[in-house]
Amino acid sequence: MSVDQTTVRRIAQLARIKVKDEDLPALEGELNVILDWIEMLNEVDIDGVEPMTAVVETSMKKRKDEISDGAMPDSIMANAPASDDHFFVVPKVVE
Amino acid sequence: MIVDTRTPDPKKFIKGATGDWEIVIGMEVHAQVSAKAKLFSGASAEFGGEPNDHVSLVDAAMPGMLPVINGFCVEQAVRTGLGLKAEINRYSVFDRKNYFYPDLPQGYQISQYKQPVVGEGTETIDMPDEGRVEVGIERLHLEQDAGKSMHDQHPSMSFVDLNRSGCALMEIVSKPDMRSADEAKAYVSKLRTIMRYLGTCDGNMEQGSLRADINVSVREPGGEFGTRCEIKNVNSIRFMGQAIEYEARRQIGILEDGGTVDQETRLFDARSGETRSMRSKEEAHDYRYFPDPDLLPLQIDEAMIDDIKASLPELPDEKKARLIASYSLSDYDADILIGEQASADFFELVAKGRDGKAAANWVINELFGRLNKEGRGISDSPVSADQLGAIVDLIDEGTISGKIAKELFEIVWQEGGDPRAIVEDRGMKQVTDTGAIEAAIDEIIAANAEKAEQVKDKPNMIGWFVGQVMKSTGGKANPQAVNQILRDKLGVE
Amino acid sequence: MSELTELTISAAREGLKAKSFSAVELTQAYVTAVERARILNAYVKETPELALEMAKTSDKRLATGDAGPLEGIPLGIKDLFATKGVHTQACSHILDGFKPTYNATVTQNLFDDGAVMLGKLNMDEFAMGSSNETSYYGNVINPWRRKDSNVALVPGGSSGGSASAVAAHICAGATGTDTGGSIRQPAAFTGTVGIKPTYGRVSRWGIVAFASSLDQAGPIARDVRDSAILLKSMASPDPKDTTCVDQPVPDYEAAMTGDIRGLRVGIPKEYRVDGMPGDIDALWHQGADMLKARGAEVVEVSLPHTKYALPAYYIVAPAEASSNLARYDGVRYGLRVPSDDITEMYERTRAAGFGPEVIRRVLIGTYVLSAGYYDAYYVKAQKIRTLIKRDFEEAWSRVDVMLTPATPSAAFAPGEITDPVRMYLNDVFTVTVNMAGLPGIAVPAGLSDEGLPLALQLIGRPFDEETLFRTAQVIEEDSGYSAHPEVWW
Repeated sequence: MSVDQTTVRRIAQLARIKVKDEDLPALEGELNVILDWIEMLNEVDIDGVEPMTAVVETSMKKRKDEISDGAMPDSIMANAPASDDHFFVVPKVVE
Repeated sequence: MIVDTRTPDPKKFIKGATGDWEIVIGMEVHAQVSAKAKLFSGASAEFGGEPNDHVSLVDAAMPGMLPVINGFCVEQAVRTGLGLKAEINRYSVFDRKNYFYPDLPQGYQISQYKQPVVGEGTETIDMPDEGRVEVGIERLHLEQDAGKSMHDQHPSMSFVDLNRSGCALMEIVSKPDMRSADEAKAYVSKLRTIMRYLGTCDGNMEQGSLRADINVSVREPGGEFGTRCEIKNVNSIRFMGQAIEYEARRQIGILEDGGTVDQETRLFDARSGETRSMRSKEEAHDYRYFPDPDLLPLQIDEAMIDDIKASLPELPDEKKARLIASYSLSDYDADILIGEQASADFFELVAKGRDGKAAANWVINELFGRLNKEGRGISDSPVSADQLGAIVDLIDEGTISGKIAKELFEIVWQEGGDPRAIVEDRGMKQVTDTGAIEAAIDEIIAANAEKAEQVKDKPNMIGWFVGQVMKSTGGKANPQAVNQILRDKLGVE
Repeated sequence: MSELTELTISAAREGLKAKSFSAVELTQAYVTAVERARILNAYVKETPELALEMAKTSDKRLATGDAGPLEGIPLGIKDLFATKGVHTQACSHILDGFKPTYNATVTQNLFDDGAVMLGKLNMDEFAMGSSNETSYYGNVINPWRRKDSNVALVPGGSSGGSASAVAAHICAGATGTDTGGSIRQPAAFTGTVGIKPTYGRVSRWGIVAFASSLDQAGPIARDVRDSAILLKSMASPDPKDTTCVDQPVPDYEAAMTGDIRGLRVGIPKEYRVDGMPGDIDALWHQGADMLKARGAEVVEVSLPHTKYALPAYYIVAPAEASSNLARYDGVRYGLRVPSDDITEMYERTRAAGFGPEVIRRVLIGTYVLSAGYYDAYYVKAQKIRTLIKRDFEEAWSRVDVMLTPATPSAAFAPGEITDPVRMYLNDVFTVTVNMAGLPGIAVPAGLSDEGLPLALQLIGRPFDEETLFRTAQVIEEDSGYSAHPEVWW
């Protein structure tokens, strides 16, 4: 399968990465080189094979229900590009 | 394939301009799990708090952070599933739901997509006209709650608080089995009660512990399912009713005009009572679900399920049946009592060894009535079950009249104390000594000879005599005895 | 002073214990060496004052007999690992100015054991690369050069800074991470030893995530013993990482008995690829002979799905990365391009903050997860992983360890490879190991025709790093490899 520029634009939008119109053709080309190469996976017979659900065979460890974290607002805000009184500040969300 | 389990009921049809319509309703309820800590982080799940105080590095999605599941939240989901008589899936998977929003720091929500922890179940609701209605449960899954963005603090900026981000939510999806706004409201109300009984969600809608997304469509009775619209984030039962009614009529209006209903997401505007379309820049979301590689599949063993089953409290339906059977209560009264586990417990303490109906009357009409007036809950009651029980006993023994009992109740409410002692101390005992009553009656008849004559023709006037006798005995005369003796002396049947 | 930087970790450890020199002296020697080697661009952040402070503390502990296993040993830390209060940017512009308020578990483990941090090491941006040509801070230069040439060569990637620094002796050892080969391939290109432990052996907490089901942290060191010493300190159970196992960490050094009699070594035939350079093929044969000579049994095995590992990797890794990198949005840390609304801010920040290789991979990842393509790509790739793992499991019934080349070539020059797929092929021998979650070690075993280091790779059973260290030690000893890059900087 290959992508066209419309698809590249849509994917970029999903990924929230601005792609300039003039860069679309090159990006389309690069992505298609990779996607073409990946096509070779169609040779493999995957009938009846389960996808890998866990790399390490172990049961999921669970935490006890106790407050063991948080209460560190300064640490949380320490690297914020913009903040006000321990709130993160961002440009308005247009609903 | 939606399976239609309900027989169309003409009583629920909506009359449109061109004919009858049936509403089809399904609900997705988001219930915040009662737990101390969050689903995948150890930060506090308590409501409120200073901004970004209940936030760990994991909740803030700092580079390198990883989720570790809170085992208790899993138990709470299983517990709720059992309360809904649902299938517990021994194997389930957490998936990432990917989208961008400032209150979603990871850029994805950890949720469950195709393999949720709980499968199909049922919730039974009691409707006044039709009796029991079974609403199917499709599934229940665990997921992270998002933080809060505030858009009204500043003209051009939004403020983000992640305290709620990562709190455990149970998303409970019903089948589209409801056919009226009342059924939908009853469904949510019952769901809330069940979870409060189980202790898995406090159902506090003002604090957002329980929110509902409502799917509404209309169709010709028994016909093909119509296109549905989703009304998002309705946070009060009253609003649910209004939103459903408005939306149904909106859709009917479109269809009767020959148009088609667009499948869309809508918001309910409480001020106008209308639903409006959520116009957003994006097209249909592509969430790109995939199993979260930072977690492992969730495996639930029989031992855990058995332990939880063994510890389940008596659920509302079972409790209601037992109360009706054991205490000869009416359906209506039983419903009121089971609304809160604490109310039912209180009632049973009062009713123990006493007449169930009398206990119910005092608990519901007197105590609850008074609590409601003052906006207080049963846990806040100034009158204890013992005290109330004593009052019921005093009436039953004939020691006080019903009227005096109400005064006694008021005293206990205001001042507390042992009802028996109060009756003793304040001389509130009913006068049952017929000799004393006769004497009082004779005095009054003697002083009102004309009236006494008229009673034979106007029997209702006996009420005036009863009033006089009660006044002269300070309300303490036994009303039945007064009535009987007056009738004898005045020659009335 | 500069002789101090010639000491391996095990030798430096002895020297400190014997009080032949102090921790401060050792660290100072490295600080000077780091300054002199700036042209290699291995470090993106030097922390000399912090290093000397840590060394002073180490000297105190050495004096009171409280010394940890790495007391006073100066290390470089790959920029992917969180280091409290110190530059941690995954060598990306999008994490501009980010200083975590926490240490990664691995970092903390090393510090708890007494290690000294010389600074943060350069790497491919977000660990995406095989040549350290995608760093926001510019390329890293390999201390090795071809015979009679002074063309700068790449050190491999993504842990290019780590490998280069270890080879140039401007740290005693370094941390790296390996998702498709990012420890083993640069180790191979620089004549150093690099091990990627079994998935789940080392905690990922506090390491900037690239591909969650493939990433593993591991050491790059000068010899096998040093890498065993470092891995022992880096690894630990971690309740903060669900995918990290609770098993105790073995004494890897103790496993290095040199005794491989009866060891069954598998040679996977599918690793013999078309166009494999003669010197690498020859080295592979020599490696098998070395092991045979020491009493191992060498047999051919088949891992039929080998060639599908790399394309499947380029579905799974970008998919997971596209989701892991969604948090870099300008809201809570790092770069923010000011904009009028949030969507503009996201789009502009990410376009400005991510380099072209990262953008390519995020877009591929987004695409393969998107509606309509998920089954055809992601699920298929995960099924192929199951098949790859099965191939190995089948083989483990007949062999205990496998011997393969580490890379399809020696180090090359920057700009020599521009086709992304050709660049990806650098990992053709290493990526199967990540896809199956197994441990793998690269150990230098010879020189190419142009005088550049070549390495062999050993692949082990899950959690059997001990066999890897023991077998790698044999190759190290018997290959007679002792080459060092000429100091031209």
